Amino acid sequence: MQQTFVQPEFRVKIDYDKCHKCGRCVQQCGWGVYDFNERPIPHDEKCRACHRCVTYCPAHCITIEKNTLAFRDNDNWSADARKAVWKQSETGGVLLTSMGNPKPYEHIFDKLVLDACQVTNPSIDPLREPMELRTYLGRKADSVKVEPDGAGGFRLAEDAGLARNIKLDVPIIFAPMSYGSVSLNVHRSMAMAATRLGITMNTGEGGMHEDLFPYQDHIIVQVASGRFGLSPEILDRAAALEIKIGQGAKPGIGGHLPGEKIDRDVSATRMVPQGSDAISPAPHHDIYSIEDLRQLIYALKEASGYKPVGVKIAAVHNVAAIASGIVRAGADYIYLDGFRGGTGAAPQVVRDHIGIPVEIAIAVVDQRLRDEGIRNQASIIAAGSIRSSADAAKAIALGADVVAIGTATLLALGCHLCQSCHTGKCSWGITTQKPELTRRIDPEWGAERLTNLVHAWSHELQEILGALGVNAVESLRGSRERLRAIGLDEQTCRVLGVKPAGL
Amino acid sequence: MAYDLGRYDGFAPEHYREESPFKIHGGCGLMGICDESGALMSGEEPIKAMAVQRDRGNGLGGGFAGYGIYPEFPDHYCFHMMYHDLKAKDEAEEVLGAHFLIEVAEPMPTRTVKGIKDAPLLWRYFMMPHEHLIDEAEVTAEDFVVNVVMLINSRVDGAFVASSGKNMGAFKGVGYPEEIGHYFRLEDYAGHTWVGHNRFPTNTPGWWGGAHPFTLLDWSIVHNGEISSYGINARYLEQFGYVCSLGTDTEVAAYLFDLLLRRHKLPVELACKVLASPLWDEIDRMGADDAALMRSLRAVYGPAMLNGPFAIVLGFNGGMVALNDRIKLRPLVAARSGSKLMVASEESAIRTVLASPDELWTPKAGEPVIARVEGMDLPFHSQLHVTPAEISCAVTAVDACHELEVAV
Ligand code: SF4
Ligand code: SF4
Ligand code: SF4
Repeated sequence: MQQTFVQPEFRVKIDYDKCHKCGRCVQQCGWGVYDFNERPIPHDEKCRACHRCVTYCPAHCITIEKNTLAFRDNDNWSADARKAVWKQSETGGVLLTSMGNPKPYEHIFDKLVLDACQVTNPSIDPLREPMELRTYLGRKADSVKVEPDGAGGFRLAEDAGLARNIKLDVPIIFAPMSYGSVSLNVHRSMAMAATRLGITMNTGEGGMHEDLFPYQDHIIVQVASGRFGLSPEILDRAAALEIKIGQGAKPGIGGHLPGEKIDRDVSATRMVPQGSDAISPAPHHDIYSIEDLRQLIYALKEASGYKPVGVKIAAVHNVAAIASGIVRAGADYIYLDGFRGGTGAAPQVVRDHIGIPVEIAIAVVDQRLRDEGIRNQASIIAAGSIRSSADAAKAIALGADVVAIGTATLLALGCHLCQSCHTGKCSWGITTQKPELTRRIDPEWGAERLTNLVHAWSHELQEILGALGVNAVESLRGSRERLRAIGLDEQTCRVLGVKPAGL
Repeated sequence: MAYDLGRYDGFAPEHYREESPFKIHGGCGLMGICDESGALMSGEEPIKAMAVQRDRGNGLGGGFAGYGIYPEFPDHYCFHMMYHDLKAKDEAEEVLGAHFLIEVAEPMPTRTVKGIKDAPLLWRYFMMPHEHLIDEAEVTAEDFVVNVVMLINSRVDGAFVASSGKNMGAFKGVGYPEEIGHYFRLEDYAGHTWVGHNRFPTNTPGWWGGAHPFTLLDWSIVHNGEISSYGINARYLEQFGYVCSLGTDTEVAAYLFDLLLRRHKLPVELACKVLASPLWDEIDRMGADDAALMRSLRAVYGPAMLNGPFAIVLGFNGGMVALNDRIKLRPLVAARSGSKLMVASEESAIRTVLASPDELWTPKAGEPVIARVEGMDLPFHSQLHVTPAEISCAVTAVDACHELEVAV
C-alpha cells in the first residue's frame, strides 16, 4: 500500500503509570484505535477525538491531543486544504463528512442581543407568575368568526383550523433524524422524551419503527425523495407529515444509506430490502416545480385525513420567494434548515459551502410572508443550528414559531461532534447500527437526558420572557424590536429588520 | 398554476423603520365615563376627574375625547387637525379636498390658558367622503377614511389627524389635562361619553399629536402602561395596512381595536379577550365550547395580544370599554351611579365626579368593564355574519392605500 501523506490528526496519549491495563478503552473505541498487548497501544491515525475512551477510562489516564505538526506558515494553503488535496489524490473520491458546517462564517446569533425591562415597564418573575410557552404548529385562520350562542355569549361560527394544528407545550422540538442514520435507541429516547415534554420528534426519512407506535401522537413522519417507510398505516399513525425537499447541511443533495447499515429492523422500517443501499434521490422525481409540490401536499392531506403537512427546505439564496410559494401551495408549516444544520453524511464541499445562515432565512421568510399577508397560513420552524435557549429566543424574536434541535439532541446523548457519523462506527452508539454500540444508549436514560435539556432551555426561555416583561411566547415571536445588533453591518441589519444597539 | 419565484427584488429598505426610531415610554392617569341613558354631561366633568389625578402626569401631555358632542353634524366625518405650519395645512387640505366634500372648515375654538404654549394650528372639518372614490377603491367608507388618515399622518409632513369620527372629537396637547381641557373650552361641549388622560412620558418630543387619546374613526383610546409586545403588535398591524408612525403603545392599541371590532367584526367582549388573553391553564379548564373559542382566539390573534402592564379605556359612539392587562399590573377602579358608569386610575377621580356611587369595585385582570348607551347600535354587534371577503384582508387595505397615494 502506498504511504499516505496525511498524518494523524490526533495523538492518543496514555499515562501508563496510572493505567490499570483493564482494556476498557479497547472495548469502548468504536473505531478500533487500540490494540492490547499487556497494555493498550493506540493507533493515532484511526482516532476521531470522540472522547468515549477518555470518558470511560477508570484511571483518567487518557488524553487526546491535537497533532501539532508544524507547517511552514501559509495563510492561503491551510493545513486542512493541503490534507484535502492529498486525500483526494490518493482516493480520487468526494470527501465525506458529517455533522454541521464547522467553518468560521459569521455567527449572526452571537451578534444579536435581547432587551429587558427597566422601570417604565416591569420585568416579570417566572418563578412567581405564569410564563406561557405553549405554541400551536400549523395553519391559522385569517380571523376568528363567532356567532351568538343564544345564552348571551358567543361560540365559534366556523372551525378556525386549530383542529389541524399540533399543540406544543414548548416551542422546541426534535429535528428529523432517520432510523438508519441514528440507532433505534436514539429514536426511542426522542419519542419518549417528546411525549413527556408535550412536543414532537421527527422520523426523518427512515420511517417509524413499531416500537414507536405508542408515542405516535408526538411523531412527525417525513416524506422524502426515496419515500422510505411510508404506508397508509404509517400516514394514519403520524401526528403530521413533512415533505423533505432539502437539508441545511446538504442542500440539493440526496441521501445514501449503505447496505451494511440496513439490517432486518432497518429494512422493515424503511421498507427496503435488507443489505441493499437505500438511495434518496436529490430531487423528488414527482416534484419538479411548485405546482407539483402542491399536488403532493394535497395528496398527503387527502391520504391522511387532513393532517398538517409541512415542507422542509434548506436555507438558500432565494428562500423567501420559495417559502412564499410553499405556503401558497398549501403547506401548514415551513421548516427552514440553516447551513449549519447537521447531517449523518454529506460531501464536505457541499456541507461547507452551500446555503445561508438560518438567522437570515427566518428574517426574510417571516417578512416576506407578512408582506404578502399570508404569515398566519403557515408556522415557521427554524433549525440549523440552535445551540442554546438564547439562540432559540433570538430565532423566535426574528420570526420563528418553533425551533428544532438535532445536533443539540445528539450532544445530550453523548455525541462529541467528532464529525464521523458517516463511518457508522460511533463509539457513543448514536449513529451506528452495530448492536454492541447501539446498546450503549438505554432509551430510558436517553429520554431523561433529553427531557432535562428541553426543560432547562424552557426555564431559560421563561427567564428571558420575564426579563422582557412579557408572559407568553407569542409576544416575543417576530418582535424584532426586542433585538439589537452589535457589530453587524448595516446591510445585514436591514435584512434582519433589527436595529443596531444604541438606536 | 405556477408561481413566479424569480420576481423578488431584494429586501425592501422600508422594513428597517427609521421614522419612529424611538419608542415612547411613560406612565399615566386616565378616566372614562358613560351615561348609559344617553343623557349629556358637560366637558367640565372629565376635567374635574383628571385634575385630581394631576400627580400621575408631568405636564407633557393631556387630552380628552367626547362623544355626542356635534349633534348638528351627526353624519359628517369630523376631522380634528393639527398643523405645524401653513404649508402643512395647505398640503393636508389638498388631500382632504381630494377625498371629501368639505362642509365646514374652521379653527378650533380655544382660549388663552396659563401653561399652554407652542400650540400647533388647530382646525376642524365636517366632511362627507366622495362616493365615487369609495366605489373606485372598492373599500368600505370606513376603510376609505382610515386610508386618508394613514396617508396624512405618514406622508404629509407637519400635519396630524387628531380625530376622524362622526359626532365625536379629540382635544389634546402638551400640558396638564385640566389646562388642555380649558384651553379647548370643553365646558362648551356636552357628551354622553367622555374619556380623559394625563401623561407622564419619560422621553418625548413634546409633540401635541403624541398626547392621548389616540383615535381612529369613532374609536378613541386612553392608555396607562407599557406594552412590552409593541414590536410584534406593530408588525402584525402592518400586515393589515396600519402604519404605526408614532412609536407609541396607545396607537397600537387603537389600531388593534379597529382591526378586531370593525374589520374582523369581533364582539367587544371577545376583542378584549384577544388583547388580554386568559392563561392557557384557565382556557383548559373552561367548558368545551368556550375553550375551543378561546384557543382559536389565542392561536389566531397571538400577535395581537397586548403583553405588559396596561389599563386602557376605549371610547366609541355608544359606550366605552375599560380593560386591564392579563395579570393586572396597572391600576383601574370602576363605579356605577345610576345610569353612569365610570372608570379611573384612582378612586379619588371617581369620588370627585360621582359623590356617592352605588357600587365601586376593582375590575379583575383581563375582565373588561363595558358601558353601552341605551338605544345606540353598537357597530360591532350589528353584523356578526360577514363573508370572508368582507373580513379580509391585509392585501385589500394595503392596495387601497397605494391607490389613494396615486390619487393625491
Ligand atoms: S476515537 Fe474516540 S474512543 Fe477511540 S481512541 Fe479516539 S477518542 Fe478514544
Ligand atoms: S481504560 Fe484506561 S486504565 Fe483501562 S486500559 Fe485503557 S487506558 Fe488503561
Ligand atoms: S454522533 Fe457519534 S460519530 Fe457522529 S459526531 Fe457524534 S460522536 Fe461522532
